[in-house]
Amino acid sequence: MSHFLDRLTFFQRLKGEFADGHGVTTAESRRWEDAYRSRWQHDKIVRSTHGVNCTGSCSWKIYVKNGLVTWETQQTDYPRTRPDLPNHEPRGCARGASYSWYIYSANRLKYPMVRGHLLRLWRQAREQHEDPVEAWASIVEDAEKCVSYKSRRGKGGLVRSNWEEVNELIAAANIYTIKRYGPDRIMGFSPIPAMSMVSYAAGSRYLSLIGGVCMSFYDWYCDLPPSSPQTWGEQTDVPESADWYNAGFIMMWGSNVPQTRTPDAHFMTEVRYKGTQIVTVSPDYSEASKFADLWLAPRQGTDSALAMALGHVILREFHVDKPSEYFTEYARQYTDMPLLVQLDPAPGGYQAGRLLRASDFEKSLGQDNNPDWKTVAWDDASDAIVVPNGSIGFRWGDEGLWNLEQKADGADVKLRLSLLDSRDDAVAVGFPYFGGREHELGRFTPNPQDDVIYRKVPIRTIRLADGNEIRVATVYDLLLAHYGIDRGLDCGNTPVDYDDNKPYTPAWQEQITGVKREHVIQVARQFADNANKTRGRSMVILGAGLNHWYHMDMNYRGIINMLVFCGCIGQSGGGWSHYVGQEKLRPQTGWQPLAFALDWIRPPRHMNSTSFFYAHSGQWRYEKLKVADILSPLADPQQFPGSLIDFNVRAERMGWLPSAPQLGENPLQVVKAARDAGQDPKAYVVEQLKSGELTMACEDPDNPANYPRNMFIWRSNLLGSSGKGHEYFLKHLLGTDHGVQGKDLGEKGEDKPMEIAWRDETARGKLELLVTLDFRMSTTCLYSDIVLPTATWYEKDDLNTSDMHPFIHPLCEAVNPAWESRTDWNIYKGLAKKFSELAKGHLGVEEDIVAAPVLHDTPAEMAQAFDVKDWRKGECEPVPGKTMPNLVVVERDYPNVYSRFTALGPLLEKLGNGGKGITWDTSHEVQLLRELNGNHKSGTNKDMPRIESAIDAADTLMTLAPETNGEVAVKAWAALSKQTGRDHTHLALTREDDKIRFRDIKAQPRKIISSPTWSGLESEHVSYNAGYTNVHELIPWRTLSGRQQLYQDHTWMRAFGEGFVCYKPPMNMRTTADIQGVRGNGNEEIALNWITPHQKWGIHSTYTDNLLMLTLSRGGPCIWMSEVDARKIGVVDNDWIEAFNVNGALVARAVVSQRVPEGMVMMYHAQEKLVNTPGSEISGQRGGIHNSVTRTVLKPTHMIGGYAQLSYGFNYYGTVGSNRDEFVVIRKMQHVDWLDGDDESIYQAEEQA
Amino acid sequence: MMIYLNEFFFGVFPYIAGTVFLLGSLVRYDKSQYTWRTGSSQLLSNTPSFRIANYLFHIGIILLFFGHFFGLLTPPAVYHALGLSTSAKQIMAVVAGGFFGLVCLAGIVILVHRRTTDPRVRRTGSKMDMFILYLLFAQLLTGLFTITVSSQHLDGAVMLQITAWAQSLVTFQPDAADTILELHWAYKTHMFLGMIMFLIFPFTRLVHIWSVPYGYIGRAYQIVRRRASS
Repeated sequence: MSHFLDRLTFFQRLKGEFADGHGVTTAESRRWEDAYRSRWQHDKIVRSTHGVNCTGSCSWKIYVKNGLVTWETQQTDYPRTRPDLPNHEPRGCARGASYSWYIYSANRLKYPMVRGHLLRLWRQAREQHEDPVEAWASIVEDAEKCVSYKSRRGKGGLVRSNWEEVNELIAAANIYTIKRYGPDRIMGFSPIPAMSMVSYAAGSRYLSLIGGVCMSFYDWYCDLPPSSPQTWGEQTDVPESADWYNAGFIMMWGSNVPQTRTPDAHFMTEVRYKGTQIVTVSPDYSEASKFADLWLAPRQGTDSALAMALGHVILREFHVDKPSEYFTEYARQYTDMPLLVQLDPAPGGYQAGRLLRASDFEKSLGQDNNPDWKTVAWDDASDAIVVPNGSIGFRWGDEGLWNLEQKADGADVKLRLSLLDSRDDAVAVGFPYFGGREHELGRFTPNPQDDVIYRKVPIRTIRLADGNEIRVATVYDLLLAHYGIDRGLDCGNTPVDYDDNKPYTPAWQEQITGVKREHVIQVARQFADNANKTRGRSMVILGAGLNHWYHMDMNYRGIINMLVFCGCIGQSGGGWSHYVGQEKLRPQTGWQPLAFALDWIRPPRHMNSTSFFYAHSGQWRYEKLKVADILSPLADPQQFPGSLIDFNVRAERMGWLPSAPQLGENPLQVVKAARDAGQDPKAYVVEQLKSGELTMACEDPDNPANYPRNMFIWRSNLLGSSGKGHEYFLKHLLGTDHGVQGKDLGEKGEDKPMEIAWRDETARGKLELLVTLDFRMSTTCLYSDIVLPTATWYEKDDLNTSDMHPFIHPLCEAVNPAWESRTDWNIYKGLAKKFSELAKGHLGVEEDIVAAPVLHDTPAEMAQAFDVKDWRKGECEPVPGKTMPNLVVVERDYPNVYSRFTALGPLLEKLGNGGKGITWDTSHEVQLLRELNGNHKSGTNKDMPRIESAIDAADTLMTLAPETNGEVAVKAWAALSKQTGRDHTHLALTREDDKIRFRDIKAQPRKIISSPTWSGLESEHVSYNAGYTNVHELIPWRTLSGRQQLYQDHTWMRAFGEGFVCYKPPMNMRTTADIQGVRGNGNEEIALNWITPHQKWGIHSTYTDNLLMLTLSRGGPCIWMSEVDARKIGVVDNDWIEAFNVNGALVARAVVSQRVPEGMVMMYHAQEKLVNTPGSEISGQRGGIHNSVTRTVLKPTHMIGGYAQLSYGFNYYGTVGSNRDEFVVIRKMQHVDWLDGDDESIYQAEEQA
Repeated sequence: MMIYLNEFFFGVFPYIAGTVFLLGSLVRYDKSQYTWRTGSSQLLSNTPSFRIANYLFHIGIILLFFGHFFGLLTPPAVYHALGLSTSAKQIMAVVAGGFFGLVCLAGIVILVHRRTTDPRVRRTGSKMDMFILYLLFAQLLTGLFTITVSSQHLDGAVMLQITAWAQSLVTFQPDAADTILELHWAYKTHMFLGMIMFLIFPFTRLVHIWSVPYGYIGRAYQIVRRRASS
């Protein structure tokens, strides 16, 4: 009753003694224990997860008490695995466990906010204009007003507004932009749909309905490994983490598994108890290194040299000296190694040309369908050249022959790997060599050799249909020669043993990487020996550490080759395990119609972000990398003139890469003009482009007509994290204060690009409206004009999948969205409604012409089989979808955007659904949804299934997807069976009746159903492994040859020296020389390589501002550096230091550690500039982020399109935003200025003064 | 006026302070158990000088408390019966009070210095912590100052006035304040501050005094609380 009175019960308190009076029993009140009991009591537990880009995808229990989220713990109810395989749990890490802090933190966004200055302008304009669209026009057509609000971006001053007002403003801006400039001037950036599919789809559905552009992310983040589409025609497909447990030998190479794959790492530690060896390759003593049986520490950026040497040992010992039968047969059936390559002349003999095709021969060797696209090989049995099944020519037009059966023309064949024994001759073939190139700062020890290394290759001489006699070799023989394997052909250039310093021996690499040759030999032997004995159970786990270099393809292809040489791809416990940010969108084919409104309009507008930001944040204007720097010594520089942006413009023009904004004029007006002229819009555009009256927007990105005008960012922190060339974004895209230190090509008087209009007047503030949706005040929000508060991951219903485990599971609404926040689905739905209202009178039913690139997995991927022809130069005719982008006229019903948004449109029933080159009828599923979700009763969407809530949306995509609807899976396998001529339906028949819906996964994560969208199986017998169905079901890879393509024969690939993988040292970025020692502050300066790995205390920028994580780490931005470098410039641990170069500057504290090798610094990725960040001495601006000192640099080989596996796909192929070759100047700060004060008041004071 | 103020501060105010002290402590104990604590900052800063100061302060103040308690409330007849003259008692009080006052002073000086200069302690503590520390400091100084006044008259007459006042108060005599009408201001200041201390006691960390942990001295090794049902 009363604590006090209880204390007064002196006489009743003692209730007895025990243990001879050493213990007593008392009757004291135990009510105090209730405090501890209620501390852990809760009203309910709801399943949810974290929609964050870590690929973890861990299911969590969210505890709710008194209507508030109190804490979260790991879910432990995943479906069990089979015997001798550990279960998936525990999944979850410290970062996820800290998430609930955000919901009620001061950092939470609670209300819609607008920058005060813009809101004042808007309210004034609304007073003067009844029509919101006119009100918006009155602001953005006034240059002074524009500058006044754009220049305040990033300076605070956001004030509270309300949903009605912001929806009206945004819708008015969108309508104005569509009307005035075209819908393709509205952009939307949101990454990684797999982390919250419905939220992604909400925005992309809205954008796709109005004709806006969805921008890619995987390539932009540089997490896309271009080597994967190059080799397999597949974006990225990898083993699930459970498959690590099946491996016999694991290399963790540039991937810090315990730190960045925390919930999966247990499989790696567990398999060590089975005796599996772990070799870690990492330049720094990382957490992963601690798990290693052997730690190899190559100098950063030299990994491909190590991979080449490992490949050298494997080829020599397991292919030539004592050939492994398993490896040989694998190479014969599953790789391009037996295929024939034409040899072209070179100064010192020959060089590898393109792969021979059926059309090169008399009567195309009997092939009528696509003979240009069918590769050939020598058949041992008939001793003749044959056209084996499976090449891309069989994929399109031939039914039932696109498979990897060892057959040609119906007969069994045995392809000849090597012509050594049946050679006519052995000739010198030249291979370009880049390993001798000096670095501008004298780093990265070169190993000088000849620029072109000529080696003897066994050849046959044959006569082609055109009468020419040519020399041919197999890819296998060329590879062996390239790797420096002695075949007994008296070649003076081939190393005699491992100690011979010639490419690519262990001794040769030692000079470059610093790794001892004995270790290379040992690791290669163990790796191959294990694979030989276990049929491919050797695995390499690799990641950002390798893929973020400019020549990431070389690092990756070097490793892929090792795996292919040893038959590890497509085998349980083996293979290529790249885990960086892809978070596999498992129900992809069900999701796409919802996300890109394919149920209403096809095709959607997509853009590759790397090229977009390179062009539109003006980064190309500062380009320092020359094409000559990267061209092969065997290529003719005359044929490859211009700068990097020129190659990108050519690629866009030829339809290789997407383009947005697309045409130099408003596409709605273009169609109108064509109709007025009585012409077919498509023919009209082709004609106008050809005559030059109409241009493509990419040819003049700084022309105001071609500016991107509106941008949405959601589920992303573009400006605080992934925005490479951050300061250029601020300068050109946003038009606010920035830290760019360098001069552009015009100011420096250097050569200008040739395909693109140069304007001396730089564009400042291209974007008129930047809208960001987030639950926290991120750096991006600070720079946005409008900030919309979204529901957190515990406040919305959504879906989540990953490549790390085979389950689909949900995000759930544990509590209502707090304050005035709304879910992404509801935000875009509300916007669609307002847009439809306001559109009336401005936009009606309009015709729009969409330019779509030549896409992978469509017949169009067979565009230009041989040489590259540019219609602009008159080398060929502009043919849409062949030599230029495809042009499609689509209809947009602007006043009915809302009714389209909330209904599943008619095209699914009309055209079916599909993906990756197959289609199936899906009207049954649409009918099911009509009955399940109900249908609309009236209006333009009458009778169509409703998609009102996020759960409706989730059920829609899960019903349409083969991975979550067994019936669809069987249909999809049947569709593929038609192409391959082999029955694959058995892979899904056992689950035909399974339908996984939202409320099923709310109860428990569910294992998805095997589908032909992916190359692995979800079964009770094997863990998911990429390429498994290629190897075991004989489904071809989606490449030119249908096989794993180790030789890239495209003209540009060869010109840039990447036909075969080789070692290319890091590039000269030329960003420190102009600034080092120029603006001294009295402290020593040193130039160091800028490495930005994934961190331990955050997932990109998420969690880095979380108090709990800040408390566990240094509590603000920090840079790791070696003791040696620190000593050189007088820095001690925890000093404030500045990192800068011509791109910009940032400040952080120094972490001086023996973990870091000399010559580089590490700044963990995306630490934001919100917390504990003072001003920079160089730029005068606050802090900077890790991307303040980077700039996007493109690589022409990534622009190739219309060539089988080298064809564009959204987030699939295309330019990537690398950043590891960058150098920065580091010095101790002299003056730490916190720039205290509120920006808006400073601004006003300045204005008054 | 003088009489009225004297009556208010030393006749009425003691009861107000005493009521707040007792009722306030009771309410806080019952309603706010989690705030019933010492508010120790030892975890934040635990230097040897702090530990010494802590002992000095606590030993000093505990003995001062008991000195005042017995000194003020023991009826003259009792110590006379024990053979102690009034004058001797006063000298004893001055000597013992002076000694432990200095012990306590040494401790509190260090504690005040620590609390004002150590940034962690300063920012973690509340304003009330600071106030109560300064109040104790002031009380100690005024107490020591009264020794100088007492040394002018060692006959114990003044002491008798004060003890009479205290004993009148606790025995609810209506004219308690009259006995000290002419008392030197130094004593009155010290007494007034003392009553302030009682007044604010329930709102400060001083409540830990109620929870004197004497039970630890002789308790059994193991204590088992009985289930509520049995």
